[in-house]
Amino acid sequence: MFEYDFMNNAFAAAGIAAIVAGVVGFFLVMRGQTFAGHALSHIGFAGATGAGMIGLDPLWGLLGFALAAGVGMGILGERISTRDVAIGVVLSLALGFGLLFLHYYTAFAAQATALLFGNVLAVERSTIAILAGLSVVTLTAVAAIMRPLVFASLQPELAEAKGVPLRLVSTAFLAIVAMAVSECAQIVGVLLVFTLMVGPPAAAHRLTTGLWSGVSVSAGLALVEAWLGITIAYYSDWPVSFCISVLSALVYFGALALPQLLGWIPKQQVS
Amino acid sequence: MNVIDLDRASIRVRDRTVLSEITISVGAGEFIGVLGPNGSGKTTLMRTLLGLIKPSSGTVRVFGRAPRRGDAAIGYVPQVRTVLPELRMRGLDVVASCLHGERWGIPTLRQADRRMIENTLAAVGARDLADRPLSEMSGGERQRLLLAQALIGSPQLLLLDEPLISLDPRHQEVVIDFVRRFGRERGITILFSAHELNQLLGVLDRVLYLGRGRAALGTIDEVVTAPVLSGLYGADIQVIHAEGHIFVMSQGHNLERGNHLHDDLPRPPHDHHEHVYPGNV
Repeated sequence: MFEYDFMNNAFAAAGIAAIVAGVVGFFLVMRGQTFAGHALSHIGFAGATGAGMIGLDPLWGLLGFALAAGVGMGILGERISTRDVAIGVVLSLALGFGLLFLHYYTAFAAQATALLFGNVLAVERSTIAILAGLSVVTLTAVAAIMRPLVFASLQPELAEAKGVPLRLVSTAFLAIVAMAVSECAQIVGVLLVFTLMVGPPAAAHRLTTGLWSGVSVSAGLALVEAWLGITIAYYSDWPVSFCISVLSALVYFGALALPQLLGWIPKQQVS
Repeated sequence: MNVIDLDRASIRVRDRTVLSEITISVGAGEFIGVLGPNGSGKTTLMRTLLGLIKPSSGTVRVFGRAPRRGDAAIGYVPQVRTVLPELRMRGLDVVASCLHGERWGIPTLRQADRRMIENTLAAVGARDLADRPLSEMSGGERQRLLLAQALIGSPQLLLLDEPLISLDPRHQEVVIDFVRRFGRERGITILFSAHELNQLLGVLDRVLYLGRGRAALGTIDEVVTAPVLSGLYGADIQVIHAEGHIFVMSQGHNLERGNHLHDDLPRPPHDHHEHVYPGNV
C-alpha cells in the first residue's frame, strides 16, 4: 500500500496528529476537561464552514475559532470550562452556526462530511507541512507549561499558594487543546476528535500511573491506532475514521478490563 | 523573633470583612490550634499568611516580612483538596508535581529529589504510596501524602487547614501525633485548624479562636471560657469540662460537633470562598 502517494500522505498526517493528540489528550483527561475539548472541536466546525463560505481554507477557520473559544473559556475561568450545561449550550449553538454556514456553502457539500468525519486519504502535501508546523508549535507550548500544568491540575489550591498563575496556565492549555483539536480534526473529523484525543489517553491512564510513562503510552497508543486504522481501512474499504474509532474503543475497554483479565486486585499492586 | 505578627490587621474577602483589627503574635515552634465556627476566617487567615490575600488595613508579618506568594519556608495543606476521584497518578508523581511546580518548562525528577520524596513519605509512614495510584488511596492515605508534600523543603511554618476532615478517628490521631512530633523535632511553628478542640487538647501550646471578625489567642484556660467564646460566637455559650474533655455548648447543643457534621457534606470544587459565608451556628 506504500506505493500510493495518498497512502503515504495519510500515514504522515495521521502520525503527526496522533502524537499531538496523545500528548495533549493525556493532560486533557488528567484535568477532567474532555468535555471542553469536545466543545472546542464543535466550535471549530462553525469556524471551518464559515471560512469555507468566504473562500478560505477550512483549516484556518477551524483553528481560529477553536483558539478564540479556548482562550475565551480560559479567561472566563475554570468555573465556566468545567460547567457542562454552559458548554453544551455553546457547542450546540456552534454546530447550528456551522450548519447555517454550510447552507450557503453548498458548492462544497461533500466537504461537510470530510469536516465532520475526516478524510485522511485526501490529505495533500501542503496540509502535511501545515500539520507538521502546527504540531511543533503545539508540542513546544506543552513543554513550556508542562511543569505548572501538572501541578495546577493535580493540586490547584496548593499550586496557587506556591505562585502558579492558575488562569494563565489554564488559558494556555486550552489554546493548546484548540490547536491539537484542529490538527486531529484533519484526520478523523470534528465529531471523532475524541477517538484520538480521549480514547488513547484514557487507556494510558488505566495502564500506567507514572507521568512520563503515561504521556508516552498515550502518544504511542494514538499513533498505533491511527496507523492501524488506516491499514485496516485500506484492506477492508471501510472509512478510516470508523476503523480508528473502533480501535480506540477496543483499546480503552481492553485497558479497563485488563486488571480483571490478568487477575490483578488493586491491593496486590502495592508491593 | 516572632514567626507570625498581625497588628490591627483587617482582612476583607469580596465585600465582607472576615477579620477585623486582629492583633496576634505567634512565636517559633508553637503549635497553635485554630478553631471557630464556619465562616469565622480560619482559611482566610491562612491564605493571608500565604500572601494570597492582602490585608485591607493594619500589618501582617510572617518571618518579619510581608507575606509573599510561594514562600518556600511555609508548608501548606489546603482545606479544599481537589482530587479527581478517577485520577490514576501514582503518589510519587503527585508529590513531585509540587517540587518547583511554579517554574516553567518540562518537569524533571532528579535522583536526589526522588530520594528526598521517598524519605519524606517514609517519615509520615507512607512509603508504599509512592507507587500507588491516587484513585486507590483512602482518605487517610491521601491526607498523609499531602502532609508529606507540605513537609518537603524543610518548612519553618506549617499551615494545616482542617487536615482531619474525612479521616476516621484512628487516622486523625496518627496525623495529630505525627504533626506534633515533627514540629517538636524541628522546631516548626504550626497552625492547625480543626472543628474539634478535644483531639488537640494534649498537643497544642495555645489556641486561636476566631468568630465574628475577632480573634482570641491564648492558652486553653484563657480562651476556652464562657465569656470569651460567648463574645466570639455572639451567643450564650457554656463551656463544660468533663473527664479531660471540653464541651462548647450553646443552649444544649454541642457546637463543635454540629459544625463537624456540617463539614462532612460534599463541597463544590474550586470554591475557595465558602468560608466567608456566615456560619450555621
